[in-house]
Amino acid sequence: MRVVLTIIGKDKVGIIAGVSNTLAECNINIININQNIMQGFFNMVLIGDMSEATVSLQEAKEKMHALGAKIGVEIRMQSEEIFTAMHRV
Amino acid sequence: MLFNTKDILETTRMITENKLDVRTITMGISLRDCGHSDIKVTAQKIYDKICQKAEHLVKTGEDLEVELGVPIINKRISVTPISMVGESCDANDYVPLAQALDKAAKAVGVNFIGGFSALVDKGYTKGDRNLIASIPEALAVTDIVCSSVSVGSTKCGINMDAVKQMGEVIKLAAERTADRDAIGCAKLVVFCNAVTDNPFMAGAFHGVTEPETVINVGVSGPGVVKNALEAVRDGDIGMVAETIKKTAFKITRVGQLVAQEAARRLNTQFGIIDLSLAPTPAIGDSVAHILEEIGLESTGCPGTTATLAMLNDAVKKGGLMASSYVGGLSGAFIPVSEDAGMIAAVERGCLTLEKLEAMTCVCSVGLDMIAIPGDTSASTISAIIADEAAIGMINNKTTAVRLIPVPGKGVGDTVEFGGLLGYAPIIAVNNFSAEKFISRGGRIPAPVRSLTN
Repeated sequence: MRVVLTIIGKDKVGIIAGVSNTLAECNINIININQNIMQGFFNMVLIGDMSEATVSLQEAKEKMHALGAKIGVEIRMQSEEIFTAMHRV
Repeated sequence: MLFNTKDILETTRMITENKLDVRTITMGISLRDCGHSDIKVTAQKIYDKICQKAEHLVKTGEDLEVELGVPIINKRISVTPISMVGESCDANDYVPLAQALDKAAKAVGVNFIGGFSALVDKGYTKGDRNLIASIPEALAVTDIVCSSVSVGSTKCGINMDAVKQMGEVIKLAAERTADRDAIGCAKLVVFCNAVTDNPFMAGAFHGVTEPETVINVGVSGPGVVKNALEAVRDGDIGMVAETIKKTAFKITRVGQLVAQEAARRLNTQFGIIDLSLAPTPAIGDSVAHILEEIGLESTGCPGTTATLAMLNDAVKKGGLMASSYVGGLSGAFIPVSEDAGMIAAVERGCLTLEKLEAMTCVCSVGLDMIAIPGDTSASTISAIIADEAAIGMINNKTTAVRLIPVPGKGVGDTVEFGGLLGYAPIIAVNNFSAEKFISRGGRIPAPVRSLTN
């Protein structure tokens, strides 16, 4: 399963490092990252591959939630299927 | 497949800020094989079958919620109309069957079960009579059982005996739950042209043309539509309709995904997607606020019916291509107590029962979740039902009445149902009498437009 992470929050040092470290701990491979800063706000969309993951999506979400709380950004993690359904005919 | 960041953030914003959700996954379960001469055996068979078929329903819904990141608010069950299931029993009182539904629904963890129902468009069978007589007590002694009675259709005309009786049943249900602001009536719908695959409560039941089990999904998203319309404030009405269509398409695609996946995991058939804008009392989840965003000072003012007609049609057009099977009620809902904008419109004196009746001509369902004075007579309630059924019959559409005559309360009072059912100011009713018309009984013949063969 491929997952989409959206990370939104006030920009600071170490957001990408934190997210990619946590993904590595879960053995989730990063396929694509798209990131920018708009008016001091950090926006990132990351697509990951969970086929070799060592944790369930629920567990990965909990880890990301904890990380988000720690570094002060909002991290959402969803199956890519919902985006395919909504944006591809 | 890689995505455009803008698309991804749009979806995320719909969920986080605009309250996009899948309103309900409803599992339809046939109980046609549960009949028995002993009502205790029937009740047991009903309980066992629901618990077996719906065992994994709630878990599946929760799993999908985690994976897709979209809230799935309700997991529900609809069953074969109990008038048919109970018909073979020797007993005349079907309350034990309602209790079996309540117990089974609680055991599998759903929040409503619909199907304590009878279809009497043309007349009563023994089971229909028993069921309807049991409704007030059944709704008082159960918590999550919903009841519906179909009293007419375009093909059959209107059963005026049933219309008369349902006015009385609504009064009895109110009295029987007077200590809880007549909550019994919030779980009771009277239909014309009832739909057999509707996933929404309180009117859901599993029709006789349905398979053994089926998954029907109701989508929602008034907040998403309102937000999209904020971007076209300078556009003409064609642009407004186009924006609603595009938004409805996206919302429905999410419902389609959830429905297909839920049906696959539950090893059953995907029935339909109900393309509805279903509001909740939460701020930002209101159909009335969409109408006001389009340009009405307050819902209920002149122009409301036209605006609603356009909204309802655009939702359907957008949703149709997004789903392989569309059914149910499919349209905008206008329940009063469940929509913050509708409540406010009633409170400021702009939205009346008569305007609501006009609105039901152009949207799905009908006079829904409307609290009326407790001293409204049974015949007046029956007459309101007759008017609404006539709109449905002549226009070949579903109409419904869910009125709550709150004992001891009058215009100016408010009634609180809690949760998704919301709260409502009591609305004035025209009390000139239709007693003579209602007491005639009999049947309104099917209209000319039923003769389409």
